[in-house]
Amino acid sequence: MELSFTQGRWNYESWGGFDPISSSNAKPPGVELWAVFDVPQHHIDASWKNLTHTLSGLFCASINFLESTATYSTPEWSFPPASGNVRYGTLPCEAVCTENLTPWLKLLPCRDKAGIALLLDRPSLYRGFYHSQRGRCVLAKSSSVYLLLDRGLVAELKFPNKENGKSAANGLTSENFWSNPSFELSVNPDRIFLEESSSHSKSLSILYMFQVEKYSESEPFDIGLMWKVPVAWLCQQTPLHASRFLMGSGNERGAIAISLKSTQFTEGFMSANSKDGSCELRVDVFQVVPWYVKVYFHSLRVFVDQQPRAVSDFIEKIHVSPSKDKMSPGVMEVVLKLPCRVNTAALTIEFDKGFLRIDEYPPDANQGFDIPSAIISFPNFHASMVFLEDDSLNRSPLLSKFQEKCPVMSYTEVLLVPLTTPDFSMPYNVITIKCTVFALYFGSLLNVLQRRVAEEERFLKAKAAKKTGRLPLLLSKLSAKLRGSGINQD
Amino acid sequence: MEKLKKKIGSFSFWNWVIASIIFRLILIYFPKNLNLSSRPEVSTPLTSFRRLAEGYWLKQSSMSSYAGSMYHGSPLLLSLLGPLTVKRIEGQPNHLLYSLVSVIADVVSAMLIRATGQNLRLAYLRSLESLDLVKQIDVSEFLFSGDIAALIYLCNPFTIVACVGLSTSPIENMAVILCLYGACSRLIPLAAFGWVIATHLSLYPAILIIPVIFLLGCGPDSPPRKLFLQRHQQKEVLNQLKLPPGFSWGPIIHFAFWAFLWSVYVLVLCGISLKQFGGLWEMFKSTYGFILTVEDLSPNIGVLWYFFAEVFEFFRNFFLIVFHVNILFMILPLSIRLRHRPCYLAFVYVAICSMLKSYPSVGDSALYLGLLGWFVNELADMQFSLFLFCGYVGVSLLSPVMHNLWIWRGTGNANFYFTTAMVYACLQIVLVVEGVSAVLNHDRKLRILITGKP
Repeated sequence: MELSFTQGRWNYESWGGFDPISSSNAKPPGVELWAVFDVPQHHIDASWKNLTHTLSGLFCASINFLESTATYSTPEWSFPPASGNVRYGTLPCEAVCTENLTPWLKLLPCRDKAGIALLLDRPSLYRGFYHSQRGRCVLAKSSSVYLLLDRGLVAELKFPNKENGKSAANGLTSENFWSNPSFELSVNPDRIFLEESSSHSKSLSILYMFQVEKYSESEPFDIGLMWKVPVAWLCQQTPLHASRFLMGSGNERGAIAISLKSTQFTEGFMSANSKDGSCELRVDVFQVVPWYVKVYFHSLRVFVDQQPRAVSDFIEKIHVSPSKDKMSPGVMEVVLKLPCRVNTAALTIEFDKGFLRIDEYPPDANQGFDIPSAIISFPNFHASMVFLEDDSLNRSPLLSKFQEKCPVMSYTEVLLVPLTTPDFSMPYNVITIKCTVFALYFGSLLNVLQRRVAEEERFLKAKAAKKTGRLPLLLSKLSAKLRGSGINQD
Repeated sequence: MEKLKKKIGSFSFWNWVIASIIFRLILIYFPKNLNLSSRPEVSTPLTSFRRLAEGYWLKQSSMSSYAGSMYHGSPLLLSLLGPLTVKRIEGQPNHLLYSLVSVIADVVSAMLIRATGQNLRLAYLRSLESLDLVKQIDVSEFLFSGDIAALIYLCNPFTIVACVGLSTSPIENMAVILCLYGACSRLIPLAAFGWVIATHLSLYPAILIIPVIFLLGCGPDSPPRKLFLQRHQQKEVLNQLKLPPGFSWGPIIHFAFWAFLWSVYVLVLCGISLKQFGGLWEMFKSTYGFILTVEDLSPNIGVLWYFFAEVFEFFRNFFLIVFHVNILFMILPLSIRLRHRPCYLAFVYVAICSMLKSYPSVGDSALYLGLLGWFVNELADMQFSLFLFCGYVGVSLLSPVMHNLWIWRGTGNANFYFTTAMVYACLQIVLVVEGVSAVLNHDRKLRILITGKP
C-alpha cells in the first residue's frame, strides 16, 4: 500500500526525473492511494472501502471520498504487481494541511519537540513549491542524514564550464573530494559512497553520509553547504518529457492531449543505440478520467513528429475500461512503441462534457472539476542507483531503497475542466412550471375529447338571449374573432 | 381537363422530390456536415452518430458495446450501420455512405407516405359516396393529401437537418411509416415487421399497436359508423347503399402471429450478438432502461432534462412514473373517441410521443409534421394554424441562439434554453389539442349534413 499527500507539482524540467528520488518519490498533487490486496476478488472492494475509511480517520483527510466506485479504478499493467488485485484512487484537489502531519509525528517518541522532527517547521514547509509526505517508512537502526550529489552536478563539477575560467580538472578521489573548489561543506561527512556504473550516464552520483549520533546538545549537528562558485547543472531527465493539456473551447466538448517531447537524454540514448536501426522506445500511459468527462475512445489519434499517423502503427497494446455514468471512471492504459529518434509525439482523445444533477456539484461549482494526473512510465529504463558498500552487514535501508529496480515514472499535470452548471436557485420554479405545462396538456386534451358541442351551443345561445347590454355583446364578438374561425361560423 | 390537372400535379411532385434530394446532397458535401451532428436538437444520446461509432469501436475491440454509458441503441443497428462509420472513401466527405443511407431512408419514407395518403383519400371518397354526400361536398377541391404529406416530409427543414446531421431518426421514422403503410394496405407481414422494428429501435412506437389493430379490423379513416347507420335508415327505401363492414378479428390474429414471429427473430439475433456480454437483459437495461430512467441529462429540445437535473432525489422515481404514465393515460380516451379514424389516432399518438418522450429531437417532430399532411382536408378549419407555424419557425431559430449563449459564450444560463424548449412543448400541445378538436368538428359537420340537426 502506498499513500501520499502532496502539495505542488514536481518540476520535471528543473529537478530531473530519472533518479530514484524523482521517479518513485515525486507524486501527483493531492492525495494518491494505491493498494494491492491479498483477499479473494469479490472481497477486494469491501476491503478497499475499509481501508479508505481507516486512513481517513488516521490522517484527518477526506480519503473516504475514494470509497465510491466512481473514484477508484483497477489498473492492469501500470503497477508492477500486474494482477486484478490493485486498486488505485486519487483526489487531485485535496489540500494538504498541518493536520496531516500530526499522525507522522505521533509515531516519533518526542513528536515535534526534539529530534529530527524539529526540521518540520510548518510555516516554512508549506511555503515551499513542493512538499510531499509518503507512507512508506523504512526503519533504521541509527539516524543518518544523507546528501546526494546528482549525476548532473557531478558531471558539472568534474568538468566545469570553460567560460568560468577554471580549467583545472579536479581529480576525483574519494578522500579529499570535499576540497572541491566549487563548494564547501561545514561538516565533514563520515562516509562517502560512490555509485557503481550507470548504464545511462557517463558520470556517477556521490552520496555523503553524516551520522547524527556523534553529535549532542553541546555539539549540535549543523550541516551547511556553501557555493563558492556559481554552478548550474542539469539533472538527468526522463527519456521523454510528458505534459498534458486540454484542447477546445466551450462547455460542451473538448479534447485531452498528452504530448511527449524528447529531452537531452534521448539524444544521448539515440547516439548510444545508433547502430541498432530498429530500436524502439516503449512508453506506458495510464490515464483515469472521471465519468462526467465522457471520452470517445474511437477518436484516439496519434501524432508522431507532428504528423498524424495510423493508430495501429504505434500502439502495441491498449486496454480501456469505459466509464459508466455515476458508477466507475474511464480507464485507459496504452503501451506505445515509438522510434528512438522521435522528436515529439502526441496522443489526443476527444470527450463530451456531462451534465450533473444539482446535488452532485461541489459547493464551488464554477471552479470546475479535476482530471487526475496521468502516469507515463518507461519500463525499459530503471531508476536505481547502486552504491559501493564495504560493510554489507550494516546495510543502510536508504541504500537498499535506492537499489530497488523500479521503472522510470513521471506524472503529468492535473487538468481542470469547467462544466456547465444549471441554475441552482431554480428547483421549485422548474418543478412548478413543468408540472403546469403537463397539466395544460392533460386538461385541455381531455376537455376536447369529452366536449358535447351541441349542448354548449344551446347553452351559449340561451345565455346570449338573456344578455341585453352592448358591451358584453361586443366582448363576445371580439373573443370569437380572436379565436379565428369560430364554432358559429357557417 | 381532370387528367391534365392530375398530370401537372404529379409532374411538379417529382420535381420537388428531386430538388429536395439534391439539396440534401449539397448539404452533405459541406465541410463537416455543417456541424449539425453536434447540435443537441438533432442528436440525442439515443440517436447520436458519434455514440454509434463509439459502440462499434467497443464491439470491434471485443468489448460489450454497452460497456460504457455511451451507446444505447439496438445491436442490429450496430451491425448494419457500424461499418459505415469507419469506411472512408478518398476525396469524399467523411461519412458519405451513412448520409446516403439516411437520404435513401427519407425518400423511401416519403414514397410510403404518398402511397398511404392516396389510400386514405380513396377511402374517404368512397365513404362519402356511400353516405351519398358527394353532391353536398365539393369533391374536386379535395387536395391530394398523399402528395402533400410526402412533400411536407421531404422538404421539412427538420427532416433535412436530421438527415444531414447523421442521426438515426430517419431510420426510426421509416420503420413507423412502414408499419402504418402495411396496416393501411392490408400487408400484414410488412405491418408486423415495421411495428417490431420501430418498437425495438425506440420504445415508444409500441403504442401504435392500437391504431394498427383498428386499421386492420375496420379499415382506413372513415366517418363514424353511426352516420352510416343513420343514412342507411334514411335511404332504405330509395337505394341499397352498402354498409361498411364491421370489425373483423381475422386480420388481427394474423397480425399477432406475424408480430410474434418477427419479435422472436429480432430477439434471437440480438441474443446471439450479445451472448458473451450479458445477453438480452443487458440490452434491455441499456436501451429501454436508459429511456425510461432518463439517466443522461444533456440538454435537448424536450423538457425532461432540466426537470430531472433540478428535482430532488427523493421524488425522482415518482416523477418518472408520472411523466411516463402521462403518455399511457391518454391512449384510452383517444382511442375511444377516434376509433373510426385509426390513421389520425396514429398521428396523435406519434405527436404525443414526440412531445413527451425522454430524449426528443427534431427528427421525431419531422415525423408527425409529415403525417399531418394526410389530413389537410379534415383539418382545413383548424384554429391557430398561423400562430403554430410562426411559433415553430421562431423556436427553431431561437433555440440554437439560446444554446450558444449558454454553452459557448457563457453569457446566458440554462433557463434561456429551457424556456425555448418549454415554448416548443406548449406549441406541440396546442397543435395536438386543436387538431383533435378540428377532426371532431369535421365529423360533427358531416353529422349535421346527414341528419340536419346539430
